[in-house]
Amino acid sequence: MTAAVPATELSIETTGLSKRFGHQLAVDGVDLAVPKGSVFGFLGPNGSGKTTTIRLMLGLAVPTGGSVRLLGEDMPRQLHGVLPRVGALVEGPAFYPFLSGAANLHRFDAADPHVPAATRKARVRSALERVGLTHAADKKVRAYSLGMKQRLGIANALLAPRDLLILDEPTNGLDPQGTREVRSLVRSLAADGATVFVSSHLLAEVEQICTHAAIMSAGRLVAQGTLEELRQGGQARIRVVTPDAGTAAEVLSRLGLSAATSPGGAAPGGGGVLYAPLPGAAGNGEAAPEAVVAALVAAGVRVRGFAIEQVSLEDRFVALTGEGFDVVQ
Amino acid sequence: MLCALAAIPILIAVAVRLSSSVPPGRGPAFLDRITQNGLFVGVTAMLVSVPLFLPLTVGVVAGDTVAGEAGLGTLRYLLVAPAGRVRLLLVKYAGAVAFAVAAPLVVALVGAGIGAALFPVGPVTLLSGDSIGAAEALQRLLLIAAYLAVSLMGLSAIGLFMSTLTDVPVGAMASTVVLSVVSQVLDALPQLEWLHPWLFSHYWLDFADLLRQPIAWESFLTNALLQGGYVAVFGALAYGRFVTKDVLS
Ligand SMILES: Nc1ncnc2c1ncn2[C@@H]1O[C@H](COP(=O)(O)OP(=O)(O)O)[C@@H](O)[C@H]1O
Ligand SMILES: [Mg+2]
Repeated sequence: MTAAVPATELSIETTGLSKRFGHQLAVDGVDLAVPKGSVFGFLGPNGSGKTTTIRLMLGLAVPTGGSVRLLGEDMPRQLHGVLPRVGALVEGPAFYPFLSGAANLHRFDAADPHVPAATRKARVRSALERVGLTHAADKKVRAYSLGMKQRLGIANALLAPRDLLILDEPTNGLDPQGTREVRSLVRSLAADGATVFVSSHLLAEVEQICTHAAIMSAGRLVAQGTLEELRQGGQARIRVVTPDAGTAAEVLSRLGLSAATSPGGAAPGGGGVLYAPLPGAAGNGEAAPEAVVAALVAAGVRVRGFAIEQVSLEDRFVALTGEGFDVVQ
Repeated sequence: MLCALAAIPILIAVAVRLSSSVPPGRGPAFLDRITQNGLFVGVTAMLVSVPLFLPLTVGVVAGDTVAGEAGLGTLRYLLVAPAGRVRLLLVKYAGAVAFAVAAPLVVALVGAGIGAALFPVGPVTLLSGDSIGAAEALQRLLLIAAYLAVSLMGLSAIGLFMSTLTDVPVGAMASTVVLSVVSQVLDALPQLEWLHPWLFSHYWLDFADLLRQPIAWESFLTNALLQGGYVAVFGALAYGRFVTKDVLS
């Protein structure tokens, strides 16, 4: 599953990363390989362990097992050398409500003793400008909307030039316009040469901006690679619409195709729809698709619809993470 | 919070001013001497603040140090800045110490100020019977404020440790204040006499020695030593807790 990239070319590398909360394994043996320069989507339903993984990467929490390398350095041992090069948004933004947006950024920037104070003002201003908050810079954060806080949180991650950005659900609470802006922001950061690691429970978001993705499910990493590789992981299939589902299933299995009414548990309404792997693919019988239709008709199955479908990334994610995955916006 | 503390001497001074006479021997020590010498407002106000007001405000400030940031969620952003855990803890403790120094100082200075405004100021007769001028008396007042500041170092360290235990600042504040009360209650039980010298509140009121001529430094030093011990123990506990703490807030 891991791409064959030399270790030095990985911006993030985790090995067997685990975190236990009481009896629950929130992160379970995760081996992430995030290539340098990629826009890496970290997908998974709510509670699948994305934020916990990010906390482990940033040294906020100590792993129960496994290790993390960030920008080629061991975490948390090299934390002080690595984190200045990393911008992060973790589990939503957090600020001092009684301070203005700009004052909040000043405070966080000043927390790192090694960043130059002389350029602080200019850096705060340009970070605010980058997320479109210039007009609200002097407003108390208490008076910010959720979306404005989210933008300010992203601005905080951009206070200095970064080699790696770790953004946990950056579009949470943003309106469609804000979501588009974040997308273009992520693209421009990547164009500047930074590696961007974005977590999301929204597939559409990842599909639009990412070059690579990994999928988490219940604390485990179930797939990772380029988007193309992930799409290929799923096979094309045939879709049969018929009232005689039972007979059709028999015919299909005689042809060596194992039919299912609901691949991966996702059952579209009505029991009259059957799915089966595309015939001709390795190990899936020899019959051509049209021969399947002929066989069905010959057996007296009332075929009302027949199609060959390319599995979408969405189906693939549903298949990997199970039902309840929030794939639509 | 400092304003609330400043209100105490003002309240005392105004109350004494408005009442025609204070019967000697009633109310807090020195209260009856205020009308003769305004500087006693400062001493009285500090004396009154020691059991509750000072520990309360110091407990609130020290209890908020780390837990306040955790409660806001800003702790994770300070740590990824990266602020450094040890450095953050030291800065936070320094903040609590600064407050513990400022709090008795405010009470003393506001007390001296309002006392001078409402009452005559003159030479002060010390507990040893000697008399000193107003300027030297003010120095003694500041010395008492310093004594109280040192007295509050231990409590500040306890508050810092409590603050590393929770993400709920009110919890850390409350437990720190409660501990200061418990310590004073234990100190009042004669059955526990063996324990008394080890209680961080044991020497809180022993600043009378600073009102003698010459100054008897023993209680100051004993107190400083005890407070230093508390700072070392609870500082180490806070360090041990905070550097290994999972920041999940
Ligand atoms: N502080 C915590 N204490 C106990 N369990 C936690 C804590 N934080 C997260 N978890 C559990 O860990 C799992 C993963 O949570 P999280 O990493 O926040 O998921 P995600 O970010 O993917 O939504 C969840 O089941 C959650 O209940
Ligand atoms: Mg999350």
